[in-house]
Amino acid sequence: MGIALALLGAASAALFAGIGSAIGVGRAGQAAAGLVTEDPSQFSRALILQLLPGTQGIYGLLIAFIALSNIGLLGGNVDTSMSVGTGLMYLFACLPMAFVGLVSAMQQSKASVASIGLVAKRPDQFGKSMIFPAMVETYAILALLISILAINGIPR
Amino acid sequence: MSVLPMKRIMICAKRQDRKSILEFLQRTGSVEIASREMAEDDTVFSSMDVSQSSQLFTKNAALADRALEILAAAAPEKGSLLSAFEGRTPISVEDYEANVKKRDNAMRYVNEIILLDKEATEAKADVPRLTTQIEALTPWSTLNYPLSFSGTKKTVAFIGTFPEKLSESEIAEALAANAPEAEAVDISIIASEDNFTSVMIACLKSDGDSIEDALRRMNFQRPPVSDMVPAAQVEAYEKERAEAIRRIDSTAEKIASYADKREDIKFISDYFNMRAAKYDVLGTLTQSKRVFLIEGYVPAGKAAALEDMLISRYDAAVELTDPDPSEDVPVLLKNNAFASPVEGVIESYSMPGKGELDPTTPVACFYYILFGMMLSDFAYGALMSIATFVLIKKLKNMEPSTRKTLTMFFYCGLGTMLSGILFGSYFGDAPTVIAKTFFGKTLEIPKLIDPLAQPMKMLVLCFAIGIIHLIAGLCINLYTALRQKRYVDAISDSVLWMLLVIGLLLFGLTTDMVTGMFSLNKISPVAGNIGKVMAIIGAIGIILMDGRESKNWFKRTLKGVYGLYNVTGYLSDLLSYSRLLALGLATSVISSVFNQMGSMVAGTPVLGVILFVLIFIVGHTLNLAINALGAYVHTNRLQYVEFFGKFYQGGGHKFTPFATNTKYFKFKEDN
Repeated sequence: MGIALALLGAASAALFAGIGSAIGVGRAGQAAAGLVTEDPSQFSRALILQLLPGTQGIYGLLIAFIALSNIGLLGGNVDTSMSVGTGLMYLFACLPMAFVGLVSAMQQSKASVASIGLVAKRPDQFGKSMIFPAMVETYAILALLISILAINGIPR
Repeated sequence: MSVLPMKRIMICAKRQDRKSILEFLQRTGSVEIASREMAEDDTVFSSMDVSQSSQLFTKNAALADRALEILAAAAPEKGSLLSAFEGRTPISVEDYEANVKKRDNAMRYVNEIILLDKEATEAKADVPRLTTQIEALTPWSTLNYPLSFSGTKKTVAFIGTFPEKLSESEIAEALAANAPEAEAVDISIIASEDNFTSVMIACLKSDGDSIEDALRRMNFQRPPVSDMVPAAQVEAYEKERAEAIRRIDSTAEKIASYADKREDIKFISDYFNMRAAKYDVLGTLTQSKRVFLIEGYVPAGKAAALEDMLISRYDAAVELTDPDPSEDVPVLLKNNAFASPVEGVIESYSMPGKGELDPTTPVACFYYILFGMMLSDFAYGALMSIATFVLIKKLKNMEPSTRKTLTMFFYCGLGTMLSGILFGSYFGDAPTVIAKTFFGKTLEIPKLIDPLAQPMKMLVLCFAIGIIHLIAGLCINLYTALRQKRYVDAISDSVLWMLLVIGLLLFGLTTDMVTGMFSLNKISPVAGNIGKVMAIIGAIGIILMDGRESKNWFKRTLKGVYGLYNVTGYLSDLLSYSRLLALGLATSVISSVFNQMGSMVAGTPVLGVILFVLIFIVGHTLNLAINALGAYVHTNRLQYVEFFGKFYQGGGHKFTPFATNTKYFKFKEDN
């Protein structure tokens, strides 16, 4: 039972953060495609802005990977006798990344879309346009930090 | 490491020389023209209206660009993958003059290409039009009369369609019902499908009106009119369509045959753009009957040489003065080879404003380190450095801005290699994995900190770098204020905050909470007490000084307390540096995921190795691309938000000299 809960935690980190990033990158991609139709030379800039909401998915993967390797699912020596308490600890430790990843990727994509609009009108302001979406990402990074610290703190 | 000093330049010369002097300035490209507004009622000086010629040149340049576009579609230019980094082709003055002589020819090519393209467009529109017409005539192909046939001397013929499937008897019945008086009616069905029936109906002239009435009631529709027998008409249309298709091909071929004129057309585009720019400047010049004036800014270092050249070549008087402090002097940065690559980063934030220092050197130092910490893999860094180094060495012709960006990534690669060694990451844990899967040995990579196993230790390192970064920002703020002799600002905006932040830090390191959380050793209580005193002095100072522009003491204190609240800003700034850990971990974890995937399939002989190599290459390419992007974005963020937030406003405008802003060629001035 414990191991199932731990696995639920790892899976939800990858799941929700991944969903968020998929939505975010998709949304920003639509705006990027619009920009490139008008001005194909903006492709690399549009691509960078599109990819910004994609990092949450990577962070989710990171947490899932650390959790899976800590509970032994990757090495093949699964601890099936894990207590429910420990399992819940893993589950809760993964939650910050899961939820903040989901929401921040979606919100970041809105900033990305707006920044793509900014680049469309003023290509010379690309440096600044990158910063607005990156601001949102801070919270995903903070959640990632807490999830990592929490997973590493769970006694084994 | 500096903002280059500028001189204001005023050139006064004979009016007949103005074009050659402007051309000279344009080719040397070291003066930013900044003409003064002229008084409306000036009787001696006036400016010239050149908008018409300037418009003509711009139009010609646009035509040339359009011709190039058409040409590129018909005969794509061959270019290697590297050509994206290649700069403009240099061209000597003699070649330039030779090309100018050929400009009428080139313009003729441009017009011919555009004409051909127009022809092709028309032909392309013809094809679908003819196709529809052929389709409309197809049901009539068995009819032996032209569709406009309306009858003989005694009879009337109706050719048309019913919008449903009808048989001859059904039509006859309906006609008999609607026009009972009509006698001899001949109905011949030409074609019939599910949703239409095309027929020819003939009757006596006397019955014509009543039949027509009846037919109208039956939704009878007349076909498109043509004077030829349908089969012949279809054939004619088909011929025309084939002709149009042939014309499309032949115009494409003809356009493609201009491929060898491409360079000439590129030149003409540049040439007209340059002339347009020259005429735009010409329009802003102050001119009298015999002389004209040019005013602008020139970097002080180039001023004397420019003055000499102008005086020796033309009858010109040149006056150089120091710009007035109130003027909006353009900013040009000058840095050594190590720092100048990040000038682009500064530029995309904002150029230094009045009295501000050029932040390039400190930004460069931290840029390479922060980027390295985020990508943190020796092999990735080496790949980046080698790739950029080869590009820089191989492509001599590169534009300065491209070269700067590539050089920046070269240094970032070095930083990445350094942190890769510190954290023992070489394609992630590839050496360990390869040693284990293929050679059955265990290999420990030496490392200073293992970020995955000791995240707290790594976090402390990130915060330490963050504190150094922030304090460095405050130090620059202090230095700027001192240089401008704003001593009160220097103390209250920089020194007090440094006291507070460092004091809190020292004090924090003596408390159980902080040391326990980060598993650090406590420092001596004496240092803690010093820290406490520093923090208190800092805090009181900030409360007293932060609202110093208010006269009212109560208001001033309130503002000061609010200013002290800003200490939370420092906390969030510091926490922001945890992204160094997060992004570094992302690189190493994803690369170990790929390595592990590879090792899982590596069991089978030969095929396993191939699969491993395949997963390795694809996986690490992907990881490098994504994480280099992340590192780039977040390094910029740390510089712009956390670092610049402490001392840098910007707001200057970049020095944009009057020069040959061309797309394809670069003009070399001989001397």
